[in-house]
Amino acid sequence: MSIDLSTEYLRLKLKNPLVVAACPLTGNLQSLRRLEAVGASAVVLQSLFAEQIDHEEYEIFRLHEYAGGVNAESQGYFPELEDYNTGPDPHLEFLEEAKRHLGIPVIASLNGTSAGKWVRYAKLFEMAGADALELNIYFVPTDPDQSAAQVEEQYLEIIEAVARELSIPFAVKIGPYFSSLPNFAQRAIRAGASGLVLFNRYLDPELNLETLRVEPHLALSQPSELRLVLRWLGILRDQVDVSLAATSGIHSVEDTLKALMAGANVTMLASTLLQRGPEHLARILGDLEEWLARRQYVSVKQLIGSVSRNRSADGSAFERANYMKALVSYTKDGHWA
Amino acid sequence: MSIQVAVDDCTGCGVCVDVCPARSKEAVKIKAINMTAKGEVHQKQRVDLEYFLALPEFDRKAIDLDTVKGSQLMLPLFEYSGACAGCGETPYLKLLSQLFGDRSVIANATGCSSIYGGNLPTTPWAKNRDGRGPAWANSLFEDNAEFGLGIRLGLDKQEHLARLALKQMAQALPPSLVDELLYSDQGTELELAKQRERIVQLKQVLSTLASPEARLLEQLSESLVKRVVWIVGGDGWAYDIGFGGLDHVLASGRNVNVLVLDTEVYSNTGGQASKSTPRAAVAKFAAAGKSIGKKDIGMIAMAYGHVYVAQIAIGAHPLQAIKAFHEAESYPGPSLILAYSQCIAHGIDLSTGMSHQKEAVQSGYWPLYRYDPRVGHDGGKPFHLDSKKPTLPFRQFASKEARFSMLMRSDPNRAEKLLTLAQNDIHDRWHYYEQIANVERSLAGFYDEVTE
Repeated sequence: MSIDLSTEYLRLKLKNPLVVAACPLTGNLQSLRRLEAVGASAVVLQSLFAEQIDHEEYEIFRLHEYAGGVNAESQGYFPELEDYNTGPDPHLEFLEEAKRHLGIPVIASLNGTSAGKWVRYAKLFEMAGADALELNIYFVPTDPDQSAAQVEEQYLEIIEAVARELSIPFAVKIGPYFSSLPNFAQRAIRAGASGLVLFNRYLDPELNLETLRVEPHLALSQPSELRLVLRWLGILRDQVDVSLAATSGIHSVEDTLKALMAGANVTMLASTLLQRGPEHLARILGDLEEWLARRQYVSVKQLIGSVSRNRSADGSAFERANYMKALVSYTKDGHWA
Repeated sequence: MSIQVAVDDCTGCGVCVDVCPARSKEAVKIKAINMTAKGEVHQKQRVDLEYFLALPEFDRKAIDLDTVKGSQLMLPLFEYSGACAGCGETPYLKLLSQLFGDRSVIANATGCSSIYGGNLPTTPWAKNRDGRGPAWANSLFEDNAEFGLGIRLGLDKQEHLARLALKQMAQALPPSLVDELLYSDQGTELELAKQRERIVQLKQVLSTLASPEARLLEQLSESLVKRVVWIVGGDGWAYDIGFGGLDHVLASGRNVNVLVLDTEVYSNTGGQASKSTPRAAVAKFAAAGKSIGKKDIGMIAMAYGHVYVAQIAIGAHPLQAIKAFHEAESYPGPSLILAYSQCIAHGIDLSTGMSHQKEAVQSGYWPLYRYDPRVGHDGGKPFHLDSKKPTLPFRQFASKEARFSMLMRSDPNRAEKLLTLAQNDIHDRWHYYEQIANVERSLAGFYDEVTE
């Protein structure tokens, strides 16, 4: 008997729960085709960063126009180009190309911090043919006078603005740092989000002891990072009807199974495919089908949320009790009791 | 050690802050020198500057000019110019003026250096307290090398006449003075200072003599100090418009020093491509990125055998730059120094220009070398690579400059192809230079043609 691996995410019918997250592998057509060939059910394209566009446009002005018009002999120092390809155009063209060549859904990704150009870019992506959108809202609040409520309002303002303009569904990719994630999740959904992606990996800065500079540092995810995601999947699954996607630390079929059981509709892979190649997705898919068959599941849908907080044997394990048990069970010699 | 800023003249380029290596341990963003709002410090800094300017100058005879610190203690005779804030050319001219300024005659090609070198009615070229400083002139564009050669011939003739007149008047002069004036080496600052003292002594003796020969020798006596001729210009002049003349001058074998302030583009007129513009760079008349690689003018000059050639980048390796200047000046024949000069037309933040030069060298984009014909005898190897094997991908260096990144944006496919070719240029050139560094030469006889 064949296992039904299909699932639904953002009102899209997907052939299996393995989606490729926004990463370098989703930034070129050759790679996208390879991912489709090995079984990916959908892809999230590399993000368009709102600040990057602003920064590029400013830098072009600053470096291209700087000191121009100072004297008659040199009005400027660079030739005038017809097009600087700033703005969202390269991303839109790439999306259109991806849609022409792929049979699986293509999800566009937007990354930024304020409502400003969000709505415009989101609409452009819809017009370019995106099947869905992922809004990656992330900023670091450093103002001590800005309250948590105000920060959340900023998120909701973006979600509402995009929801007003968009016909296609969109998910909001968030981080875990909310005082009350269940409350925020509900409000995000009321504001118009069709799904939530848990969680954004905030690539925190590194300090270089040689240069004494704070530098960006990209570290690929570790499977241990999935545990935070599992907790909140388990809690939110019983509270929301929208799609939930799990990302961060999904490296193997075991991770995929855990995420689905906790409540994810799809799992999003990036780091493990960057490390082991796109073919690793095919291995996970094969292992998933084999595991489900061995345990006599008939479908992925049967699995989804089966170990959520309300459906697990001990829902308190998702809460503080788990924390207490984990500490108590660890002896001073570093061994589990 | 204290550094005093000339507060009314500072352009605020920020280069000094960028290159300063000293950071506060309590707050690392604070360096030993920092930018600050002018209004807060203006009046006090003016007072401090006046004090600083009144301090005695360092004794050139007592300082080792072969070192970075030593050379930088010397009085610059190239002061505040109208160049762009952070211009990559001006540090070389300042260094030149510190090392040889009080006996240099400069022929300057038309271009940025002629404009900021003579932003009439002012000029940044200055005099020291003895009233000595570089003599500087700009003729045309294409004629600059020949202009400088003409200056050299004129100075040589004046020296020849002075020596002739001295010999003719030898009977009326102290014998030891005549011999020392005629035959002293003048190879060090001490010896140059002694020669100047001898000329003072000579003039004192001549003032007591009534003959026309004494009057003539008085007029010519300053020519007995070794004069250095610098032929200065950008790449638009050296690689393109004035290349024929430059080639003629290098072929002459005369003792001239050519300094090419290589911005790799016609900077002054707004960034037109020259033959120095590298492959993949965007410039006017190369809006789609230059498809041909940069002319290797250093190798062309080296082909003569008798030309001293150096490629330098003062921000990456200041000591090598200083060595090159000294070797070029001391070499009794034509010398060519190619000096990497970051420019506004590169599309970089010029406050980081000096530290950016390090990456130009690390990527192999601008290798450092010296070719000294004096080493090329009895099987010596005159070509010396002064920079290390490239470690930085060219793309990483190029992406920081708008002249390359612009093409990555406007035509990514073409940019990809050209950048790949440009990286290959670097590999190939490095491999080629490594082989040349092992070449033994037996250059003989040309000294006889250039000395008297």
